[in-house]
Amino acid sequence: MNTRPLTYAQAIREALAQMMERDPRVFVIGQGVWSPWYVGTSMQDLDRQFGRERVIDSPVSENATTGVGIGAALAGMRPVVIHPRVDFMLLAVDQLVNEAANWCYMFGGQVSVPIVIRPIINRGGEQGAQHSQALHAWFMHVPGLKVVMPATPYDAKGLLVASILDDNPVLYVDDRWLYMETADVPEELYSVPIGQAAVRRAGRDATVVAISYMVKAAVEAGERLSHEGVDVEIIDVRSLKPLDDATILASVRKTGHVVVADSGWRTCGAAAEISARISEHAFDALRAPVARVALPDVPAPTSRALEGVYYVGADHIAAAVRRVLHERATHPLRGRASVPP
Amino acid sequence: MDDIPITLLRAMYVTMLRIRRFEEHVARLVERGEIKTPCHLYIGQEAVAAGICAALRVDDQIFGTHRSHGHYLAKGGDMQAMMAEIYGKRTGCSRGRGGSMHLIAPEVGLLGTVPIVSGTIPLAVGAALAAMLQGCDRVTVAFFGDGAMEEGTAHESLNLAAHRRLPVVFVCENNLYSSHLSLFERRARDNIVDAAAAHGLVGIRVDGNDAEAVHAAASQAVARARSGGGATFLECRTYRWRGHVGPSWDLDVGVKRKDELREWLSRDPIARLRQSLVSAGVPTEVLDRLDDDVQAEVARAEAYAKQSPYPAADELTMHVFYSEDASR
Repeated sequence: MNTRPLTYAQAIREALAQMMERDPRVFVIGQGVWSPWYVGTSMQDLDRQFGRERVIDSPVSENATTGVGIGAALAGMRPVVIHPRVDFMLLAVDQLVNEAANWCYMFGGQVSVPIVIRPIINRGGEQGAQHSQALHAWFMHVPGLKVVMPATPYDAKGLLVASILDDNPVLYVDDRWLYMETADVPEELYSVPIGQAAVRRAGRDATVVAISYMVKAAVEAGERLSHEGVDVEIIDVRSLKPLDDATILASVRKTGHVVVADSGWRTCGAAAEISARISEHAFDALRAPVARVALPDVPAPTSRALEGVYYVGADHIAAAVRRVLHERATHPLRGRASVPP
Repeated sequence: MDDIPITLLRAMYVTMLRIRRFEEHVARLVERGEIKTPCHLYIGQEAVAAGICAALRVDDQIFGTHRSHGHYLAKGGDMQAMMAEIYGKRTGCSRGRGGSMHLIAPEVGLLGTVPIVSGTIPLAVGAALAAMLQGCDRVTVAFFGDGAMEEGTAHESLNLAAHRRLPVVFVCENNLYSSHLSLFERRARDNIVDAAAAHGLVGIRVDGNDAEAVHAAASQAVARARSGGGATFLECRTYRWRGHVGPSWDLDVGVKRKDELREWLSRDPIARLRQSLVSAGVPTEVLDRLDDDVQAEVARAEAYAKQSPYPAADELTMHVFYSEDASR
């Protein structure tokens, strides 16, 4: 495959453009899709390329716009509904949960809802409580929805293609903190299978299971820890639902020490679900309790002084890894380390 | 208004009778405890579903509500499959996953019914957008009640449809009650139809107990949508005879319901259409025979539903996600 460097945002745009070229059923609707101010460069000039009949900047009506996407999907289209901020998508939770998620089941599997919902996490910069939220865990909870969160330009393109090709409602959640990440991306159309995690760094001492932006943070933490002689394995979850238990559990069985890192809140967050599954299925392999790195249960503040202590990153992951390794030495269960898996 | 051909009047009459007799029987089955799923009966409103759907093609699409037995039958859904669904059977139109409130008959254009108030209004707008993007002249109808016009989503949807001139017909069945609350206990003014003009749509108030009038208004609205003239809002004034849910007459709700009901019973839409047919020269024996046939059909539907198997326990997790194999 021919590759060239693309930013994460350009990779998203390329996936949309290539799918719209290939399939006349694909169209885009959402607020701000004609405006770089809302969606960064992730949809730049898409309206010029495909026309404003197919790239629809919508009125300020999150719930109806989402419902319009669902209705169009039921009538044979493959819509991509954009919500430039997760916070505002809360007005559309009714259509997402009551309709999109339940539809296939409540009509006995006879009809599909092939829709992609793309909420964007847009935080930091003193934007505060209603411009910063990361609520992907809510949607993992709901049967009938798939949830993917790419962390690299390659996956940003491949997972978006897979989401559009999928016959079910898929939440494709991207984070603007990743938009300038640059990496080689194939020119050709390709898809990354939904439901498969990726090992970003192989290691022996501890596993960091990371989601979206936290994968980048985990890679940084892994570099730092390697200078301390700690060899970290990093799993990029990629798909929150369905979750690739097998890849995560295999790594846990290898290292026995786990940190789960997410950019959402701690309580009932994605990290909570992942750590519960590890406890259920690999308790015997754990040499220390699973540690979570997540946001404190606090709304996003504005002042930079508070933002600095609110958000989590590489430092928190590195500290958590050190902690679980230390607990290995001091924890009452440490004797279990000699028990073969 | 052009005269409606007698064959069409007769077809609407049969549709209305099928709805009425089906639901009267469902009411009995609920009273006997045979049916558990919440059933919201449409009795008294039959002229709306019959009149609107008689103006549609098979490939036109509709969405309904929790009170949609009538829409299902009027659009051509199979009566046996609906009865089986209400019984929770695997042969039901939603394979025992939907019950009375989640009906579907995609082969005749009923894309789904749901109880979330105003939930299907944007879906109908989306199906209309799909028709426009696909370049075909299909029309979509959203059926909803007067309570739905108190939801923001309804207004968002009207605006979207008007702004993009989408081929959709909004059919507000104003039966004067949202659950237990009368219209006048929920709104400052009896002005639902005015919302249409505010959103830039043609809005028409129709006597929802007059099948001929409903059909005439629907025909114009559908023609406008099909020819690129955009959406229409029809407020069909009608009355539900039974309670919000179940077979009772709900005489204890609202301040005036007891007096109103008597008045509305005298405006029975089926008796009215029967009178038109008799005036047009159709013998009453012929109309009585139609009624007998419909009652026999309802009995067959009940027998079919009772004989049908329940879904197997190991099917619980089937259909959470779509698969082509399981869809057949």
